[in-house]
Amino acid sequence: MSILRPAATMVVGFTLILGVAAPAVFTQIAGAVMPHQAGGSLIERDGRVVGSALIGQNFTEARYFHPRPSATSAADPQDSSKTVDAPYNAAAGAASQRGPSSQVLLDAVKERVAGAGPAPVPADAVTASGSGLDPDISPENAARQVARVAQARGLQESQVRAIVAENTTAPVLGLLGVPRVNVLRVNLALDAAR
Amino acid sequence: MTLLGWAQIALVLALTMAAAVPLGRYIAAVAGGRVTWLRPIEAVLYRAGGVDPRRGQDWKGYALAMLAVNAVGFLLLFGILRLQGVLPLNPAGVSSMSSWLAFNTAVSFVTNTNWQAYSGEVAASYLSQMAGLAVQNFLSASTGIALALAVSRAFARGGVQELGNFWADFTRVTLYVLLPLSAVLGLAFVALGIPQTFAGYVTTTTLEGAEQTIPLGPAAFQIAIKHLGTNGGGFFGVNALHPFEGPNAIVTALQIWGQAVIPFALCLTFGRIAGDIRQGRALLAVMVGFVVVATAAIYASEAAGNPLLTALGVDPAMGNMEGKDLRFGLPLVALFTATTTGASCGAVNAMFDSFLPLGGMVPMFLIQLGEVLPGGVGSGLYGMLVFALLAVFVAGLMVGRTPEYLGKKVQAREIKLAMLAVLILPTAILGFTAVSVVLPMAASSIQDGGPHGLSEMLYAYTSAAGNNGSAFGGLTSDTPWMNVTLGIAMLLGRFAYVIPVMAIAGALAAKAKAPESAGSFPTHGPLFAGLLAGVILILGGLQFLPSLSLGPIAEHFTMLAGKTF
Repeated sequence: MSILRPAATMVVGFTLILGVAAPAVFTQIAGAVMPHQAGGSLIERDGRVVGSALIGQNFTEARYFHPRPSATSAADPQDSSKTVDAPYNAAAGAASQRGPSSQVLLDAVKERVAGAGPAPVPADAVTASGSGLDPDISPENAARQVARVAQARGLQESQVRAIVAENTTAPVLGLLGVPRVNVLRVNLALDAAR
Repeated sequence: MTLLGWAQIALVLALTMAAAVPLGRYIAAVAGGRVTWLRPIEAVLYRAGGVDPRRGQDWKGYALAMLAVNAVGFLLLFGILRLQGVLPLNPAGVSSMSSWLAFNTAVSFVTNTNWQAYSGEVAASYLSQMAGLAVQNFLSASTGIALALAVSRAFARGGVQELGNFWADFTRVTLYVLLPLSAVLGLAFVALGIPQTFAGYVTTTTLEGAEQTIPLGPAAFQIAIKHLGTNGGGFFGVNALHPFEGPNAIVTALQIWGQAVIPFALCLTFGRIAGDIRQGRALLAVMVGFVVVATAAIYASEAAGNPLLTALGVDPAMGNMEGKDLRFGLPLVALFTATTTGASCGAVNAMFDSFLPLGGMVPMFLIQLGEVLPGGVGSGLYGMLVFALLAVFVAGLMVGRTPEYLGKKVQAREIKLAMLAVLILPTAILGFTAVSVVLPMAASSIQDGGPHGLSEMLYAYTSAAGNNGSAFGGLTSDTPWMNVTLGIAMLLGRFAYVIPVMAIAGALAAKAKAPESAGSFPTHGPLFAGLLAGVILILGGLQFLPSLSLGPIAEHFTMLAGKTF
């Protein structure tokens, strides 16, 4: 049919142009000019990759700053048809997707608030992020963790506070975004300071 | 809400408007065949396809060509998704999609919806993303823009049958508009942290000694077209929330810019093609007005925080943070949400399912208003023109004159076709939702109890029929029922809508173009803009307020009363 020939030509032609040639060239340029970003902003320590500056990871030890709650899960090693909680599973970012009046959400937040010190608690410390991989915490959240980290490491609180300040990103041009503390970077800096 | 927050919103909107002006002029030049710097590639495609780009097509020929290219695109994409497990460029070893899921996904990307019942890093190979999904990101966008150009030409002259040549419009829009813009925006995205690599996923050991697998891929280029083409399908499952897909607030600002700039620009392109730029500005003003109001509503709702959490001891100062990442800030989340749902993009940088009830209702209602504020690339413009015809019809009824729009008489045939188009959305949304909340095999997809559960289902069909693609993500969407019915809703919202619209264009093109006279109702001033906004609001409100009051509005009041589900 006369209409199928141009249709097939366009789809195949554009698949070659837009789906093969363009991304291949684009990837080459990106990798040559900006290899760090194009490769996922990976951070190395002692020659070993310890994570990505952009991707949060789980911290539970007292000597580290703790990230936001994460709703990611992973396949249950006992039974692959089920899933188990696996915070900061970067292979499958996920949110809780709970509605605002969900009892499940309220129960989870209640439990987190109970372990989070005096009220009012900064919201980011007790709510699950949308990606499940949020690399940042708010400065208010970080400030509440300074005493614990300092004690666990035998450091002065002022030292810890200074490290937090060094790893706090201000809004771009003082305008776009919010101030935030990168948890992996601050914890790497703490390890380096020891 | 803060002044600084509003400054962010104003800045990003201003930059988008500033770019829309020259872009509108450029797209008009592309549509007129006056941009030729990739002519050799164009020529090869035309010759291989056996088409003459100078031969005009009537509305049926144009629409048939459009349907053919979309049908072939669907088949190829369906094939790639079904076979991705055995095809190359699959370093993560993902398996082939089931038929149900592949059908849903292929329909979704061909219709410019980009509803995702799968999660990119888990269920799509690099080949599927790059040579399948991203290609349809481009082609579905070019389809929409080409259709809008054809409809615009119906207002340009009088007494013609031809609306342009689909193959030429489709090829030129892809090569001269979408490809260069995506390349430039994509490079900016890489510089700001979005990966672009064919290397496989990286497994690392965290500081606490756990193993962490970090997904990568050729993401930046695809994410650029995802926004520019108002597609919205995330490279990663959590879309622009993923730290690799939305690494910081500058990327967010660029994404908002990207998803709104072409729909805005096309209003001005329309004005140029139709020979009266003021007409395009009037449409644009209505669109921007709605975006600003919707942004304010979302911002206000989310900034207040969840009262149920405040009662538990959570500080409301930061707003409602469940389902949100920290780095974008609420003002840009609000503007992103208003533009992504107003513009039929469907990318998300916050989880709507966890928005406060009224905050979540705004994006849903924006889609239900017809995806014209500003709507998807092309589809927003031709959708807006349908409402413009209805608005002049209503005005004509009030004063007892035959309505005219841009010198074209609007008569019974056009209004009947316009109503046919407008009724697709409520039929698909309310029909499928009504069945799915009572049919056990469908209702089991709902996650949350109470009115929120209805909101989840209503949102899904709203998003599909409106070709948006965002979701209340708690809903389990990868089931045969949801995959098939959502797929049908997407097809109806795209193709059953545009055929009557093309028929209107054909009818209008054939009519004489009357010169403007003292008796003409001016359709470029604030009076018409107000009327148009009123028609959109009243139609959408009458159709959807009953269902919204059972979902988000009911949840708002139960939440204030302290009730949980």
